[in-house]
Amino acid sequence: MAGPAVALLILFIVVPVMLAFVLAFTNARLISPRPATFVGLHNFANLFSDPVFWASLRNTFYFAVVVVPIQAGLALVLALLVNAKVRGTNFFRTVYFVPVVTSMVVVSLLWRFLYQKDGLLNALISAVHPSYAPIDWLNDPRTAMPAIIVMSIWQAVGFHMIIWLSGLQTIPAELYEAGDLDGAVGWKRFRYITWPSLLATRTFILITITIAALSLFTQISVMTQGGPLDSTTTVVYMAVRTGYQQLATGYASAISLVFFVLVLIVSGVQRFLTREKD
Amino acid sequence: MTVVATLAACSSGSSSSPQSSGAGGGTISLWTHNGGNDAELAADQKIVDDFNSSQSQYTVKLQSFPQASYNDAVVAAASAKKLPCIVDIDSPNVPNWAWAGYIKPLGLPDSEWSGQLASTVGKVNDKVYSFGHYDVALAFYTRKSILQSVGARVPTVAQPWTKSEFADVLAKLKATGKYPYALDLGTGGTGEWITYAYSPFLQSAGGDLIDRSTYKKADGVLNGAQAIDWAGWMQGLVKDGYMSAKSGADPTADFANGKSAILYSGSWADATVTKAFGDDALVIPPVDLGQGPKVGGGSWQWAITAQCDNTAGAQAYLKFSHQTKYVAALAKATGTIPATDAAAATMPEYAAGGASEIFRTFAQKYAVVRPVTPAYPFITSVYQKATQDILSGGDPKTILDKVVSDIDNDIKQNGDYAF
Repeated sequence: MAGPAVALLILFIVVPVMLAFVLAFTNARLISPRPATFVGLHNFANLFSDPVFWASLRNTFYFAVVVVPIQAGLALVLALLVNAKVRGTNFFRTVYFVPVVTSMVVVSLLWRFLYQKDGLLNALISAVHPSYAPIDWLNDPRTAMPAIIVMSIWQAVGFHMIIWLSGLQTIPAELYEAGDLDGAVGWKRFRYITWPSLLATRTFILITITIAALSLFTQISVMTQGGPLDSTTTVVYMAVRTGYQQLATGYASAISLVFFVLVLIVSGVQRFLTREKD
Repeated sequence: MTVVATLAACSSGSSSSPQSSGAGGGTISLWTHNGGNDAELAADQKIVDDFNSSQSQYTVKLQSFPQASYNDAVVAAASAKKLPCIVDIDSPNVPNWAWAGYIKPLGLPDSEWSGQLASTVGKVNDKVYSFGHYDVALAFYTRKSILQSVGARVPTVAQPWTKSEFADVLAKLKATGKYPYALDLGTGGTGEWITYAYSPFLQSAGGDLIDRSTYKKADGVLNGAQAIDWAGWMQGLVKDGYMSAKSGADPTADFANGKSAILYSGSWADATVTKAFGDDALVIPPVDLGQGPKVGGGSWQWAITAQCDNTAGAQAYLKFSHQTKYVAALAKATGTIPATDAAAATMPEYAAGGASEIFRTFAQKYAVVRPVTPAYPFITSVYQKATQDILSGGDPKTILDKVVSDIDNDIKQNGDYAF
């Protein structure tokens, strides 16, 4: 019965991954009359001496380190709010979820307008703070990455809110009732009942957000193309640019391979830290 | 069992008409990028229909793709050995595709190209691999009233603005305080626009993307003193507050709405500008940074693929499509500059004294084609990044040195891109 699934898995996951592993050690090009030849670790040597790669790595981790806790935390707060039994819960759930179903490309295009020097954001700040000198948010090395971080959190927070919500709703009501009898209310109720019950959800959310954050690409491609001055370039963006614009398939494969190893290490560490301790 | 069933389903799905590479009888398939451009597609379809009814030996079948995915389709088809007989191609890609063995020389007599804009003939190693029906030109747009208000001279083809004269005009325009930015070079644009638009300034300053005598290195031309001057000039425009490091999404609309005093754009912006300002609109040569004004040359062109096994038919079609009436019809449909003198003479706006004649003059006098080398896709990619970094205030020398070493490295790694 697993036949079709295995066939597709091999065709679309295993084969491309193996190809990337092999190509990383060659000088293969997307368009070339020459057959690819084996070049050993040459691509990796180039990569590790390329300042753009180190900038990409730094930016990728910067993004992940900021986005993971803030997005997970904010999503949990929203989930707790919309899980409360008040009127209009469905309305708020929908509102928070709307950005998620909008394509990231569309969201990025829209926010590019908000972030323009004569855009809405600057207009709002000027209105409350007349002496403010407008910032060109996406074109200032100091503000470009924070601007993308804010937008990214806004776009994806609804998705993780839904996951937290599903976690919250699996907590049996009896636990809360028992807690009530023991006088667990407010913070204590959260600390001793809600939080421990969310263990599986927590692990899931942590790992999915981390992997999504490490593969940051769309926003960069649409909004900044890695600029200004490499302040927003990321590992995936660099791989795509190298592979498709510069046609250097071998080099791009080497970048992807390094990225693959990094993600593997990061999620391995997370898995270890969040394992169920007996 | 299920595996077999799945695979069978797949193969039955893909068994629809095999994309023959022009084989069998006299059918020639033709691919074009203009799937999203109805006017241009209709003009192409008309040529195909006329050709098909003009003789009975060959039948041309046109297939259009959206521009965004066109190159990918060709590259994929080439690796699958399923290229059609005729493709259209963005001119800077011609050397790369010729090198890769996608396309072969057209094999038409040289007399076919007399009276044709040089930028519309794709010549690699002295062999013509492609030709275009049209070209576009870059220009500065401004308004008579604007120049008058600051007492600036109207530059002409004979006497364009010099670097210092231009700086003076910009300073005066800025001093009026009427425009958020005096100049709009379209810096918000991305991709090929950056190389197409800004490498002419580099060439006008005396630099270039690569040493055109050998096409083997960029060292000394893209990071020489003149190239660094160019970078400093571009950066200075931003630093001095004459233009934005990242202009708005639609610079032509911004200019039409009075947000800028001088716009740098292609001949395609002419209709919008004329509509907004009528007689007040002014098309002038781009600034001369030392070596005379330069504009980019080369647009979409036609080529015969190496896999085509009906070369005679493809040649017959391309020769047929090259008739004056079709060149004029395509230029009209796309609002572009007709590639041949004969076609221009039949179009009132491009004939002597016509409203658009100036663009054809620019294309004749100023056009520099992008470097004719298979390394071009690499060069343009790193040049785009470098230009954006320079506009964002990075150190020109450091940035250009890095680009040069990247380009020279790439050329070396590919055996000098020798054919």
